[in-house]
Amino acid sequence: MKLLTLNFLTCARRTCKTSPSSFPLHPREAELEILESELNLVFLRNILPRLMWSELRGIGEELGLPSLPESPPSREDLVTKPSPAKPSSVTEPSSVEEEGGEGEEVPSQTAKDLHRLLLETTIKEGKLVCGNCGHEYAVKEGVANFLLPGHLV
Amino acid sequence: MSRPEDTLPPDLFYNDSESRKYTTSSRIQKIQSDMTRRALALLSLSSPSLVLDIGCGSGLSGEILSQADDEGTPGGPHVWVGFDISASMLGVALEKEVEGDLLLADAGQGVPFRAGTFDAAISISAIQWLCNAESSEDSPAGRLSRFFNGLYASLRRGGRAVCQFYPKNNEQKKMVSSAAVRAGFGAGLLEDDPGTKNAKTYLVLTVGGGDLDGDITGVVRGMEGVDVMDQRRKAKSKKRAEDTRGSRAWIMNKKEKMERQGRVVKASSKYTGRKRRIAF
Repeated sequence: MKLLTLNFLTCARRTCKTSPSSFPLHPREAELEILESELNLVFLRNILPRLMWSELRGIGEELGLPSLPESPPSREDLVTKPSPAKPSSVTEPSSVEEEGGEGEEVPSQTAKDLHRLLLETTIKEGKLVCGNCGHEYAVKEGVANFLLPGHLV
Repeated sequence: MSRPEDTLPPDLFYNDSESRKYTTSSRIQKIQSDMTRRALALLSLSSPSLVLDIGCGSGLSGEILSQADDEGTPGGPHVWVGFDISASMLGVALEKEVEGDLLLADAGQGVPFRAGTFDAAISISAIQWLCNAESSEDSPAGRLSRFFNGLYASLRRGGRAVCQFYPKNNEQKKMVSSAAVRAGFGAGLLEDDPGTKNAKTYLVLTVGGGDLDGDITGVVRGMEGVDVMDQRRKAKSKKRAEDTRGSRAWIMNKKEKMERQGRVVKASSKYTGRKRRIAF
């Protein structure tokens, strides 16, 4: 299960819905795996405002990942700026402008790191624990089990 | 046509052999992918989004969601999260190494995501299973309302959901769509090949707000070969002030309504709705 999904999952119990501590679910005894995938810059930009950054940092710490910066990156941080050392010659301005400015946006290191963290780092085995009721959701082969027994629904 | 949901609950019906049959049958694959494409057209996503797949099964529709824009998925490749109640189906999906995240969960127990998570939701041939309850402490209406309430909360403002399902009859169609409306969705039904054996019903749900063009009538605007039948009740202009309960006008109105329903109604006379003299 991707860390991106974990940033959106809450406890499935109805009594936990109202409690703020039902989000995020805390990973326990987690076994991580890296599954490579292609970087999608537009998607990252789309999802960025919906992330709960402080919770993501907390989960990163719990999993023992390298610590994240205090504040979330802005949308501009995801693209490398057109290099400032651009030749200032006026002879061929149009062609240079098109190549550097609009043509292809180059993902920055921040975007690459974010992609690595959210979409490539996955939880393979382990448990997810609700902070409110303490219910444990097992994760097996990357699939979390959110089925609840009838009396807990 | 036999209805699998009448025979067994979904987690038991889709066992290992049935899941494999479902996934390898090229006929089912074709139907599923056609319906997924139709649903995607209704969602009209323009950029890579986070999509929820309810009843993802073996990931037949998910595979289409992760395709790129030039392979025929509008706005793709999307990142999707799917859940299904059948572990065998998810096992097949794992073998195929689908790109989305999978969860083992029952849609009738709610949607375990925080508010405003998804841009869109898609569900192919799944929600008719919610119209059956397997235990006495559960009811179809309760399962449907828990599902739609959860779905409504987990979609962002201006999001859309398209659920293709096979209603057993008109009653079931009504039950599902009214549960969606009660959860807050703007709901509408789109039917492909109506009246034939392979009629397909799509429930198009919209969450208000954002840059969305109203309800389903906005969604299908500009689509070819779609007739709109607006069955929303027109706002009543007639004043109802004089029709107080028990008055003659109220009784006449009621009798007329009952007669229209085909009930046997006593003939009206000058005595209808008249007060009795106080008998002392």
